[in-house]
This record gives sequence, C-alpha cells and structure tokens, in this order.
Amino acid sequence: MNATAAPALTSSKAMILTLGLVATLCGILIVSAYQGTLAAVTANKRIALERAVFKVIPGATGMKEFVATTSGIVPASGALPAGGVKVYAAYDQSGTLRGIAAEAAATGYADLVRVLYAYDPARQVITGIGVISMRETPGIGDKIQTDAAFLKNFQALDVSLAPDMKALANAVKTVKHGAKQHPWEIDAISGATVTSKAVGKGINDSARRLLPLLLPNLEKLKGA
Amino acid sequence: MAIPGQKQLTHLEEFMEGIWKQNPVFVMVLGMCPTLAVSVSAVNSLSMGLATAFVLVCSTLLVSLIRKLVPKEVRIATYIVIIATFVTVVDYLIQAISLTVYEALGAFIQLIVVNCIILGRAEAHASKNPPLRTVINALGMGIGFTIGLFALGSVREILGAGKLFGIPLFGPDFQPWVVMVLPPGGFFVLGAWLLLFNWLDSRKSGVARGEPVEGRVHG
Repeated sequence: MNATAAPALTSSKAMILTLGLVATLCGILIVSAYQGTLAAVTANKRIALERAVFKVIPGATGMKEFVATTSGIVPASGALPAGGVKVYAAYDQSGTLRGIAAEAAATGYADLVRVLYAYDPARQVITGIGVISMRETPGIGDKIQTDAAFLKNFQALDVSLAPDMKALANAVKTVKHGAKQHPWEIDAISGATVTSKAVGKGINDSARRLLPLLLPNLEKLKGA
Repeated sequence: MAIPGQKQLTHLEEFMEGIWKQNPVFVMVLGMCPTLAVSVSAVNSLSMGLATAFVLVCSTLLVSLIRKLVPKEVRIATYIVIIATFVTVVDYLIQAISLTVYEALGAFIQLIVVNCIILGRAEAHASKNPPLRTVINALGMGIGFTIGLFALGSVREILGAGKLFGIPLFGPDFQPWVVMVLPPGGFFVLGAWLLLFNWLDSRKSGVARGEPVEGRVHG
C-alpha cells in the first residue's frame, strides 16, 4: 500500500455498480450450476429411492410412484396435494405387484428418523423396514438398522384395518424390551428405547393415514 | 503481502504455506466447526476437505481477478456473495456426484459459506495478490485443510468403527471405541494431533537453537 497517497473517495455509483456486477455474475454461475446438474441430481435421487424400495421389497425390479388421496389413488406428479400420502408400488419382471412401500418419520433422540416400510396388502402386515435417514447416536440409536431382534418385529407387523376400513384395528406401539405380546407391538431395543419408539410412532402415524386411503383402491395399483 | 522486510515467497513456498507452516487445522486452528463435526470417517473428511478446497480456490481466484475494481467499502459484501455462490455450486455438484455423501455431510456443506479460512484468505491474501499466486496459495491451504480433516477422520473411523473407507480392519471381534465417532472423540483426536505437531515443531526449533527465531504473521 502506498501510504503517502491520500485515500480517494469512492463514489456511491462505483459501489453499487460493483456489487450489482458481482451479483449478476454470481447469479449466472448459480443458475448454470443448477441447470447443469439438474438431470444428474434427479437421476441420483431416483436411483437412491429405487434402491431403498427394492431393499425392503425383495424380488421387485420396477417401481411406480403414486399419491393416495381422499378421492382415490393417482400417479404422482409435481407437488403433493394436501392430505395426500406418497406410496411406492413395486413390481416384479412380469408386472405383478410385489408390495407397497411408504415413508414413515418421527423425531428420535437427535433428529427426525425416516424409515421406509414395506406393506403386504394381502396379509395386511408390514414386512420390512429400511432407514432412509437419521442422526441417532452411533453404537446406540443406529442399532435400528442392524439389530436382528429389532428387525424381526417387522417381518409381520400387524397393521390390519378395523372392519369399517377407516382406522387401524390396533395402533402400532413400541413396548419395552421383552414385553411384546401382540403382533402389532414392537419390541424396543434395550438402551435405544427413544429411537425404537420413533420408528413405532412414525409407522403408526403413516399407516393410520395411508392404509384407509390405500386399501379400498388397491386394484388401481395392481393393474398399473 | 507488502510487509516491509518480508521477502517475496517463491511459488513452492507459497504452496507449502497452507500444507505445513500455516496449516489451517494444525497451526492456525481455523474452521473447527466442520473439522470436528464431519471428521467421523475418512470419506466424509475427504469430501468435506475437497469441497472446501474447491470453494477456496474458485472464490479467491475471482476475488483476486476483480481486486482492483472492488471499492474497499463494499469488499466484504462482495467476497461473501462470491463465496456463497461457489458454495451453492459445490452443493449441486455433490448432489450430482453422490447423494450418500451429500446426506452424510448435511448442513456442513452450506456452512462452508461461513468457514473463516475462506473469507480469511480472500481478505488477507487474494485481495492483495495476483491470480496465479492466489491460486497457488489457496490450493496449498485447501490441500492442507483436506490433509488435516483426513488425519482426524481416518483415526476416528479406525478407532471408532474399526474401519477405514468403510472396509473392516480388525475382524468381527473388534469392539468399536464408539466415543471416537461422537463429538468428544473429535476433540480427543484433534488434541492428540496438535500435541504431535507442536512436539515436532518444538523439537525442530530446539535443533536450530541459537539462531534468531523468525517472526510469523498470520493472515
């Protein structure tokens, strides 16, 4: 820096012009990055979702997204309508419906625990879960992904509807480790009760909303 | 930097500044928020380090290119807009490359905007130096930061999960030292590395005792 020169006054015009130019340039950069990566990002999201769905529904090779609303089931497109629940219908190579997957979420110990569960409409049971995202304590809460005894809860978790088809016959509930008595109860992991309860609560909330909309319109998914 | 009596660094010295003499993690102890939070595994550390290096190099290059046009009254606003732009770009790039990494890094990608290493380099170095010198310095700093993160992340993954890059190292009987992947573990490992580096440094100056100790100006 030249210490002898008097500091020149900067005009307001120069300041605004500089900021304006820099902002314009940055705007162009951001928009091009967004447009340039959009296709890859969408494809990545699709692949991640498919992988998650195929993991909970073995034997599936293709899937379609639907939205269950009060006025029936429609193919998913654009924004989710109010009161709608997203479902993923998984099919095998011959086009037969192998199962239905939906997302459940509830607050765990650290943050939202999001799981994908597989639903078998013929038996009205949940047949498996997979964790989509969570920030639970490593070594404790994250056992919901690996603990064999806990995952056994979801081999045939009862979510059958009441005879009027408007609500679950029995709410899905997480009970203390070793206290499971009914097929709609989830035996919590000892030491990770909060995370186990979040899984139970998330599934109950989602199934309670989704299944009364889904089951009467099941034929639509079979033919799709 | 135009500090009287300080000789101009060669390009190699400029590059090595960030790697060794002014390593952002081990010497300047800057940018600790992402350092401690995402260094739970080797992959996370590398991705975070490279993302930060990318933002560092691109934004300091742009700052250096327009350094004569920007009035000093609006320079901080200008730098922040530039940094935020490249963070947004890197955000999209990571989503396009790997969603798994994107989810693992979470909010810390966006938080690169407020990483003090980047604004510090823009203000202390890029705004006073030509583009080539700036890029060399930023590359050194970026790689130095990545090395620092990787040093933490690999140790924490090995001790806390018994793996490196997701590959199990010790067989099924290994009981992971879980605290190492929890926040306190970040401090333990950082402390251990700082201890090692300071010990190396003091040993080196012990060897060179008798010579005048060179003053160092931090950016």
